[in-house]
Amino acid sequence: MKTLIQSIRLTLVLTVLLCIIYPVVISFAGKFSKGKGSGETIALNGKIVGYANEGQKFDKPQYFWSRPSAVGYNAAGSAGSNKGPSNPDYLKEVNSRIDTLLKYHPYLKRSDIPADMVTASGSGLDPDISPAGAQIQVKRVAQFRKLDEQKVAALVKENTEKPLFGPEKVNVLKLNVALDELK
Amino acid sequence: MNPELSGILVSFAITLLIGIPLGKYLAKMFAGEKVWTDFMKPIENGIYKLSGISPNQPMDWKQFLKAMMVINSLWLVYGFFVLMYQDKLPLNPDGNPGMTPDLAFNTIISFVANCNLQHYSGETGATYLIQHFIFMFLQFTSAATGIACAVAVFKALRDKTTADVGNFWVYFVKSITRLLLPLSVVVALILTFNGTPASYAGKDKFISLQGDTVNVSRGPAAQFIAIKHLGTNGGGWFGANSAHPLENPNYVTNITEVVAQMIVPMAMILAFGYFIRRKKLGWVIFGVMAVGMFMLMIPTISSELGGNPAIAKMGVSQATGAMEGKEVRIGPMATAYWSTLTTIVSTGSVNGMHDSTMPLTGLWQLLGMMINSFFGGCGVGILNYLIYLIIAVFISGLMVGRTPEFMGHKVEAREVKIAALITLLSPFLILAGTAISSYVFNNYGNANWAVKPSSWLNNPGYHGFSEMLYENTSANANNGSGFEGLGDNNIFWNVITGLEILIGRFLPIIGPVAIAGLLAKKKFVPESAGTLKIDTVTFGIMTFAVIMVLNALSYFPALALGPIAEYFSMLK
Repeated sequence: MKTLIQSIRLTLVLTVLLCIIYPVVISFAGKFSKGKGSGETIALNGKIVGYANEGQKFDKPQYFWSRPSAVGYNAAGSAGSNKGPSNPDYLKEVNSRIDTLLKYHPYLKRSDIPADMVTASGSGLDPDISPAGAQIQVKRVAQFRKLDEQKVAALVKENTEKPLFGPEKVNVLKLNVALDELK
Repeated sequence: MNPELSGILVSFAITLLIGIPLGKYLAKMFAGEKVWTDFMKPIENGIYKLSGISPNQPMDWKQFLKAMMVINSLWLVYGFFVLMYQDKLPLNPDGNPGMTPDLAFNTIISFVANCNLQHYSGETGATYLIQHFIFMFLQFTSAATGIACAVAVFKALRDKTTADVGNFWVYFVKSITRLLLPLSVVVALILTFNGTPASYAGKDKFISLQGDTVNVSRGPAAQFIAIKHLGTNGGGWFGANSAHPLENPNYVTNITEVVAQMIVPMAMILAFGYFIRRKKLGWVIFGVMAVGMFMLMIPTISSELGGNPAIAKMGVSQATGAMEGKEVRIGPMATAYWSTLTTIVSTGSVNGMHDSTMPLTGLWQLLGMMINSFFGGCGVGILNYLIYLIIAVFISGLMVGRTPEFMGHKVEAREVKIAALITLLSPFLILAGTAISSYVFNNYGNANWAVKPSSWLNNPGYHGFSEMLYENTSANANNGSGFEGLGDNNIFWNVITGLEILIGRFLPIIGPVAIAGLLAKKKFVPESAGTLKIDTVTFGIMTFAVIMVLNALSYFPALALGPIAEYFSMLK
């Protein structure tokens, strides 16, 4: 009984320390970060069009497309496809994604297509595509927007991030915002 | 050098740079020697006073375990009811509903046991109040429970003959104030300043560039993610865990999180050696564990970098490796590296979906959890390893025909029986659990549960079997990761894995503490020429062989039906 009372009291004391003091202090410090601790947003013409770190659906011809997503870029319900590597239905789906890409980008060979453009990400909210994934779309975007292909290619290059460690990547939202600002 | 390779090398180097000194510090701190964090003493004394605890009271191993079990039981009961009625409590800006009783049962056990197998999804299944006051609270306290029990074993094995294993409350509180909380502050700040949300704001809504309306889940996540890794808990704030771009925004946070989950388990091994004043033994154990880790990690990385052979046949380029279930900013190599560490140290957080990894990767992930003591979880890793040590000492003793001795005490029938039972427990829970799940799947496909057994599996064939095997293994190992395609939020999985987690957590803690307590009470036998030396490389190899033989015998058939069969089916 004595142990139980000690346990209850200790639980209460630690709750104050770990569940109130600690998170509130961090939350306060977060106010000084980009996005004030609520996530960094990106605006176009003064209107918020998305979160820098969260991917959004891009499947219209005037934009660079993002990766396939198992949850349709639902930022309130992240998930991967959880399809196993040998699942026949899954492999069919990948094949049809390749066909779709080839249909909209008739100038491509299969071997030009990087795997990230035909596979779903872990979160369903991947904000990035690989540089190769962006480069294969340059011609389509340029043709649709009646822009100079060189100019669009340069934009992709500008938006390719090369971190010191880890893979190179292109943030799709930032790239598309830059594209809209080009006009 | 390839920036992905240098990325994981840097991660590992930072882990060593922090882990090694941290081990020395922990040994001194728990032994009560002078350390630089002694400025926390007044706070700790305040905590003891407010809780009515006398920190100087010695405890024998039974009193120690009683205190541990009472406070853990309290959390189980109190948490269960809070989870069921979370919708009626404050701090619920997104209006999430209460949990069903079976989900609450599973979830509370899972968090008390440092497992964090999540059958709910963070965004829609838990309120901010629950995430902080229950989940984050337990992420601190479950890790501290494991560490405290390990330190009791350290103390029992250091002192020649003693009944006193130390005071549970003191080890427990110090694990939080001197280790987990300060490190959490550092990690949480790194995450916050790299883009992880830390404010209490609820969901946001905006219209995307191409005109879709998007709802965005947010919340005070950075605080939670820090301790989720430092305490080897692994439960995600968001459903997608550390694959989520707010939970793990860039490569810097990825390194931070993968280092954070590794340093405490690593430090505890070295702390063991320093604490019992057998530095060399600490390093031998460290060596065995590191070898085991690389044996799992190198083939994992190679299998992911190789890409999916079925997709290769379609002719697209898999320049960086297999990409299904992975994030571009992290890449296959760092995902594979993480997947090995998260399965050996029982964190269970993921930065890519394990269900979509290659068959052999799945094999190594499963094996890491089955062995569960290559570094292992906070405190419990060294406790699991102790069981293997006792078995190795016993077998070696039989081989040379002497009464086995361990740390100057005779190892007799009682200790060996406990060790043998604990060794048999994991295969029993994992294999029986998988057998029952397969039986139900095959024979009761239409049972009227929240998810019908016939629609449990997200993948057909061998991979489907692996999903069930993985779930049972993860529960027993208190890992918490999953082949998440499994439809696991229903009464069957909630109850069966709940029980597995509970038994798989507490018996392997009670066993080693009891063994150490029993040994410590025995007469001290000084080392002689005939004593088996356990701090040698030879004995390290012996222990490694024992670990491998035991696990291969236990699990090979099940692994052959799942990942190994899938691997060969893809070779065609």
